[in-house]
Amino acid sequence: MTHETGRRRFFTRALAGISALSLAGCDKLSQSESFTKLLSTGESLSKNAHRLVSRKSMAQEFSEADMSPSFRSNGTSMPNSVDYQVLVETGFADWALEVSGLVAQPQKFTLAQLQALPSRTQITRHDCVEGWSAIGKWKGVRLHEVLSRVQPSENARYVVFHCADPMEEDGTNHYYESIDMEDANHTQTLLAYELNGETLPVKNGAPIRLRVERQLGYKQAKYIMRIELVDSFEHIAGGKGGYWEDTGYEWYAGI
Amino acid sequence: MASALTAKSELIYRHTIPIRIMHWTNVICFTVLLMSGLNIFNAHPALNLGKSSYNNLAPILELKAAKLQTGELIGKTNILGVEFNTTGVLGASNNSNGELISRGFPSWATIPGPQWLAMARHWHFFFAWLFVINGFCYLTYSFLTKHVQRDLLTTRSDRASIWQSIKDHLHFRHATGEEAKRYNVLQKIAYLSVIFILLPLVILMGWAMSPFMDSLIPGWVDLFGGRQTARTIHFIVAWLLVAFVSIHVFEVIITGLWNNIRSMITGKYRVDTNQPIKKDNEKAAGEKP
Repeated sequence: MTHETGRRRFFTRALAGISALSLAGCDKLSQSESFTKLLSTGESLSKNAHRLVSRKSMAQEFSEADMSPSFRSNGTSMPNSVDYQVLVETGFADWALEVSGLVAQPQKFTLAQLQALPSRTQITRHDCVEGWSAIGKWKGVRLHEVLSRVQPSENARYVVFHCADPMEEDGTNHYYESIDMEDANHTQTLLAYELNGETLPVKNGAPIRLRVERQLGYKQAKYIMRIELVDSFEHIAGGKGGYWEDTGYEWYAGI
Repeated sequence: MASALTAKSELIYRHTIPIRIMHWTNVICFTVLLMSGLNIFNAHPALNLGKSSYNNLAPILELKAAKLQTGELIGKTNILGVEFNTTGVLGASNNSNGELISRGFPSWATIPGPQWLAMARHWHFFFAWLFVINGFCYLTYSFLTKHVQRDLLTTRSDRASIWQSIKDHLHFRHATGEEAKRYNVLQKIAYLSVIFILLPLVILMGWAMSPFMDSLIPGWVDLFGGRQTARTIHFIVAWLLVAFVSIHVFEVIITGLWNNIRSMITGKYRVDTNQPIKKDNEKAAGEKP
């Protein structure tokens, strides 16, 4: 009996000790590079599983009745950049989208030229990584249309979107994002210039923003200035393929 | 003393090694999933209903902080329009420096402790994979070895004794002898509900929040009321699982803490027998797989 009581006491103490230590331990582990690398295998598992299941699946499209009364602006609502503010004042008349990098025919597209290309309209849900969502109606040109005009090279693997909004107070560290060719050529992947039937407002990313509907909100780059096709994004900014990715978020944001 | 014990009790082999390993894997996964989930929830500490968060419907739950005119921060919990002051726990709680800050669930309940959405997501999705794989192994094993059919499915006599079992539980009367070797009917119903309803539902509602998973069969999420309702169900089911774990742990404690824990570590479970057991050896051997 005393043997059992001793074991019991040991066990109770061990349990209390373990729970206190493990909480502190989890925070220590979060700081460890090798452990976060292990944790991020979850991301590659998800990405590979998703790609295995379906490459071309279509995001749900909604009816007008489902649209959110106003589409929330998150992150930057007015880029802290004089150059951008001049573009706003002139109605983006001097804005042109440069598409370059690993392409046969680098080109610049004015807003009018983009709007003249075949368009697609879709009512989709925007899922923020934070947990909220909003439904809006987007009209834009399929990224595929634009890419087919610049003819990506065989070795182009990612499309990088360079944006106008600096993320630091001093005007540096511009927002950027990247997606792979699979998503770039998806039917619902748009360079959107209209939201809810009106010209895309500045707070939502004027003159164009990306819609890549099977991923989270931070992939939907706003204020796109330049598109670059690359075989690797390791040399760009923090090397993780996006502003939020550089701070630790997943590059694949399908979850 | 030793002979008196053996006369009144016997050690049976209750849980096989795979079950024990999967049980403790599940304990770790569920703990991490819950706590990292609360950190993720803190990034948007509100629960909505419908296809999106912006549909003119008020949230059914909201945790927030408000500043009083005195400059003092208070934590508020709003459930279905009724507001509670929950300063110190929900809405506003202390950070590691002891300062009261605005956050949904307090740092002692989240992984990681500080508000850190990116890291909480890494924890959550890694352990979600482990949890799903573990659950899949458990189901395969339990059906193949007939653990489900033999030990978990209720029998006709179980169902007939359901009221008796409720009374026994309310009076904290537990089974002894032969009866203690099997699960009682409420226990079976609890385990079956968790294994076949709550856990699949919490996983499914997790998938419903993924924009990719939603695209597999467009519109399937609407069967559950839409994506934000799915998020709300995910949260509620997580707490139902916490309720199950609380009752489970309570029963573990009052029906013999060490004996129960040992049975989930070494597999051996001591059954007290009031009367001398006939064919003792045969029965004990019969329990072994």
